[in-house]
Amino acid sequence: MQEPFVIDAKGMYYRKLNQIIRDKVKEGYRHFVLHNVNGQRYIGAGIMEEVFIEVHGVAGNDLGVFMKRGTIVVYDDAQDGVGNTMEGTKIVVHGMAGDVCGYGMRGGKLHILKDIGYRTGIHMKTYKDMVPVIIIGGKAGDFFGEYMAGGILILLNLWDDDDRPIVGNFLGTGMHGGTIYIRGNVDPYLFGKEVGIREFTEEDERLLRGYLTDYCNDFKDYGLNVDEIMSEPFIKLVPVSTRPYGKIYAY
Amino acid sequence: MVVMTTRDREISGCGLAGIISRKKVYIPGEVIVRSITHQKERGNGLGAGYAGYGIYPQFPDAYAFHIMYDDELSRKETEEYIKKHFHVIHYEEIPTRRTKRIQDSPLLWRYFLKPIEPPDVLEFNEEDFVMKAVMDINTYINGAYVFSSGKNMGAFKGVGEPDDIGEFYRIEEYQAYLWVAHTRFPTNTPGWWGGAHPFTLLDWAVVHNGEISSYGTNKRYLEMFGYKCTLRTDTEVVAYLIDLMVRRHKLPLRIAAYALASPFWKDIDRMPEREKKLFTAIRMVYGAAMLNGPFAILVSWNGGLMGLNDRIKLRPFVAAVKDDKVYMASEESSIREVCPDPDRVWAPKAGDPVIALFEDFERGEQFREYQV
Repeated sequence: MQEPFVIDAKGMYYRKLNQIIRDKVKEGYRHFVLHNVNGQRYIGAGIMEEVFIEVHGVAGNDLGVFMKRGTIVVYDDAQDGVGNTMEGTKIVVHGMAGDVCGYGMRGGKLHILKDIGYRTGIHMKTYKDMVPVIIIGGKAGDFFGEYMAGGILILLNLWDDDDRPIVGNFLGTGMHGGTIYIRGNVDPYLFGKEVGIREFTEEDERLLRGYLTDYCNDFKDYGLNVDEIMSEPFIKLVPVSTRPYGKIYAY
Repeated sequence: MVVMTTRDREISGCGLAGIISRKKVYIPGEVIVRSITHQKERGNGLGAGYAGYGIYPQFPDAYAFHIMYDDELSRKETEEYIKKHFHVIHYEEIPTRRTKRIQDSPLLWRYFLKPIEPPDVLEFNEEDFVMKAVMDINTYINGAYVFSSGKNMGAFKGVGEPDDIGEFYRIEEYQAYLWVAHTRFPTNTPGWWGGAHPFTLLDWAVVHNGEISSYGTNKRYLEMFGYKCTLRTDTEVVAYLIDLMVRRHKLPLRIAAYALASPFWKDIDRMPEREKKLFTAIRMVYGAAMLNGPFAILVSWNGGLMGLNDRIKLRPFVAAVKDDKVYMASEESSIREVCPDPDRVWAPKAGDPVIALFEDFERGEQFREYQV
């Protein structure tokens, strides 16, 4: 196996960092280890190859934007816009992530260990056989799954380390496709007008177990166990209409 | 002064940073310059600024006026006004250094002042007198703008990138136990020296990322109380609203924050009876003080630092704690640049203020006024 390409990103401007990665991908490198990252934006932007990027430090905005293949692992927190318009990569964050993560994502996976910010999965969609999946170990802010058109959001609340509710207000507002699974109870008051609870079936159980096995595998060091996670009840939310605003412009 | 419009530059968003030592241990200016410069990408070079608290220990009881002038004429006129109303303890040009990228700076002077005949009636006290002087100079003297007027604090701002403005004002030569900083990306208003953040009045300083679409309503409301908005930028109203509600109307700071970022009626309806009454009253009485539009702001004063987001979180905001220091910024990386290993980092809930007070302030008499 090829040696990883190691970059010390301390004080490095994001354009230079991303240029080095792109150049080295062209040269044939596939494994990158980035040290001292602190807020550099667009890491991995638009990469189509099967890369493996390890990020030590805080990943900046729009991590993995437009990416199609490969894996990014962040051993710290990530800022806003993780997985923006992503097509197929898996991003694993060993910390918290900011707002608008998974914006317009149409494939790939985001595995977040801790909390996530506001507007997670906004405009997320499925495309042919591509199904984007976001799994969050902690809690989420308002507008979770806003205008969601497809894909799967799974919210676990594993840590419950503050008095905030599992999820914020306006849950699934404008949602017209996809599914949201939340471990624990949510006050229906927080629901947007466009979502409703559906029965959690065996098919859901099977699906969830598959996704969570992969999730727990990514976070082996934290003692996560699929059976333990699955022993708590989940609620399942789906849109009540596929065209919630269909009549707005019709007279 | 040169006024540039945003059409001359590319589009992005503002950035802010603040650091407070609750034990009042001095933080070198270099630290805040590094923190805000780390998110330079959020601005476009059309404005940056700093405010430091505890920087003038040699004149702790004098009002430190920082004034920018278009020309010597406006300086002469302003100094006549000042001499008529204040004892001038000391005055000098604000020390700056020539830098490659900061051109066309206005004349920059500072004055350490005490009112000659301080009024002491309840309806018009010494601070009201100082506020009126600031409004008078900004409104009636052509080409003169007071951009700082508090005790033992000072704002430094101008058109440029945060590192250039820091270098220009020699920020690294100051020590403060509370710093706030801003890098600007003007959207709807011109980029000029007076329009850079922070916006200040007395010891209040406000830095802001976002845009306040209720500016017109807020401005007209403030005019009823003697505030005049002369700086052509929406953020100006926030500094005056805080001054009105907290200093003059004696609202707890937290309550003032809920007036700026009021909860939705649908959330108020679900509150327990006592809170419902309180929040209804805030919205009724201070409806014209509510800020509409996206914002993340830092409000600083001689008591501490407050961070606040609009209620639906339309702008980024992160906070962190390390020992007695509290950090607030638009991006986590900006905090980690100067505090690599914080005890705790979190994304505060939108609409809920994060308040960090100085320990001596918390023990003092004024504390009651800042708590709910």
